[in-house]
Amino acid sequence: MTEATMTPTKPNRFGGFDFKTAGPAIALLILCGIGFALNPAFLSEGNISNLLTRSAFIGIIAVGATFVITAGGIDLSVGSMAAVIAGVMIIVMNGAVDTFGTGVTTVLIGCGCSIILGIGAGWVNGVLTTKGKIEAFIVTLGTMGIYRSLVTYFADGGTLSLNYDIRGVYRPVYYDSFGGLPIPVWVFIVVSICGWLLLNRTAFGRYCTAIGSNESVAQYSAIKVDRIKTMTYVIQGLCVSLATIIYVPRLGSASSSTGVLWELEAIAAVIIGGTVLKGGYGRIGGTILGALILTTIGNILNFTDMISNYLNGTMQGLIIIIAVWLQRGDWGRKTKTD
Amino acid sequence: MKKFSKISVMALAGLAFAGVAAAETIKIGVSYPTPTHAWAAGMNWHAEQAEKRLEALYPDVDLVLINSPDPSAQASALEDLVSVHGIDALVVLPFESEPLTDPVLNVKKSGALITVVDRGLSQPGIEDIYVAGNNPELGRVSAQYMKTRLKDGDNIVVLRGIPTLIDNERFDAFMAEMEGSGVNILDHKHANWNRDDGFEVMQDFLSRFPDIDAVWAQDDDIAIGVVAALKQAGRDGDGMFVVGGAGMKETIKAIMDGETLVPVDVLYPPSMIATAMDVTVAAFKSNGPVAGRYILGATLITPENAASFYFPDSPF
Repeated sequence: MTEATMTPTKPNRFGGFDFKTAGPAIALLILCGIGFALNPAFLSEGNISNLLTRSAFIGIIAVGATFVITAGGIDLSVGSMAAVIAGVMIIVMNGAVDTFGTGVTTVLIGCGCSIILGIGAGWVNGVLTTKGKIEAFIVTLGTMGIYRSLVTYFADGGTLSLNYDIRGVYRPVYYDSFGGLPIPVWVFIVVSICGWLLLNRTAFGRYCTAIGSNESVAQYSAIKVDRIKTMTYVIQGLCVSLATIIYVPRLGSASSSTGVLWELEAIAAVIIGGTVLKGGYGRIGGTILGALILTTIGNILNFTDMISNYLNGTMQGLIIIIAVWLQRGDWGRKTKTD
Repeated sequence: MKKFSKISVMALAGLAFAGVAAAETIKIGVSYPTPTHAWAAGMNWHAEQAEKRLEALYPDVDLVLINSPDPSAQASALEDLVSVHGIDALVVLPFESEPLTDPVLNVKKSGALITVVDRGLSQPGIEDIYVAGNNPELGRVSAQYMKTRLKDGDNIVVLRGIPTLIDNERFDAFMAEMEGSGVNILDHKHANWNRDDGFEVMQDFLSRFPDIDAVWAQDDDIAIGVVAALKQAGRDGDGMFVVGGAGMKETIKAIMDGETLVPVDVLYPPSMIATAMDVTVAAFKSNGPVAGRYILGATLITPENAASFYFPDSPF
């Protein structure tokens, strides 16, 4: 009964303005306004390009996380996975120098290796959750620890560094621009478009939503639940490997401190963007804005000395909570029904 | 229960004593955190090198190296060193001061000589020997070098480590030394001793401040990120320089080769564990007294002296 009386007011909130969808965009615009007010250099071409490039890592990973979370799962292993893939890529490329020289071939071998590892690692997470019948939280908590210690082991506790000559060949992948936009941003754009199409325009995307809403009903509706869920983790793995491919040329190194807490940033980006943490509803567009918001907060905090350095985490936490509250809060509904 | 533990401690002390009296082997336990970052990996390597060297030098000295992944594991490791190995001396780099003070005190009660490295215990007077790097000195030496290169009105930015006591000591000493030099410190941000954070914080500093003459990165990992950001922005020329710290082998190699962007480094050596092991062995072998506090210098590494701090086989 209450449901019926509530429903008609929903689309009319704020004179037809859908706060739920526009929430993240408004939050980002407000942040940009604050940034510009603090220092006009915030909107300089250089800073915007830095911001977008930086968002690309978390953004690409978060696009994958949107699928996992929409289908009712969670992947905590992405940060460690990125670190171990970066480490293995560096080892493989350094090893391939003797046979293939320091040219493009070696870089391609490294990238190929990254993609195989990403897909493989995602598949392992997926199969352990579905066929192994272990909660995703536990599986990926386990693989998170495994990958993190593996990269420490490969690096002998230290740092793995890419051969200096290959770095010269590989460097443009991070630092060069095409049509005014840095290459990582292009990768981010392509991944986002593919993600959006996959989630909103294919049967696979609808299955993800269905499984996230109610797994049993999806099972009865002849959806191959296990296969679809495994696929979401494979997509996540692929996204991690793409992010790693553009991460490695930045500093040419990987260590146990690579990608620490990326999993939480990616999950935060997804939730800020409007996807529901318990599954059943996902928005790629929101995820992209979420990733941009997270990077912008860090950027703005570096642009001001008004806030104590020790309170950076407080500011980030507050803005994340406010951004989500803007979409979830009941306050819009009350003003309308009165 | 209490009586029992007292008796067992006494028994262990007796055992340890018997070991010395029999003049067989001198057992020295060396306990430190499992290396999870480059500096600690370097420490692990230097500890292993020192073990080989000292055991070859003194056939009657037996060093037992144990690393532990967390404070409680380290506490158990200390118990094992006493009960299983019956050590005559302990060299310990505590994971954290507070939770390891009592375990180390128990080892002392067994009669062993205690050497504490780098991180002090929360109760004074437990250790016989203390060996540590000098954090305030690192900040001071960095500032002194900055002052030799910069003049009145020049601008620098500072990248700090993880917000901790170590970071504060370095930063406060640096600021105190810079005071009155006329050099402007535009801002300071935490880059968490991490390359990626160093890169991003420096990018933002470069967007924010059009005129920067030098960077104090405090740490070699941060400095690597800073250098990448400077090169990306094309602002690595015009006499710009970056000062890091710690003594990473790649940085020292570059200094030996005459790199101008990172011309010097300030030492905070992971090899201090080897110093501690040497001093502890000396307590049994030397005819001079060794108990006391050893605070290592924060040496400025320049192209002239770099070779003596370069260990190509160490992971750090």
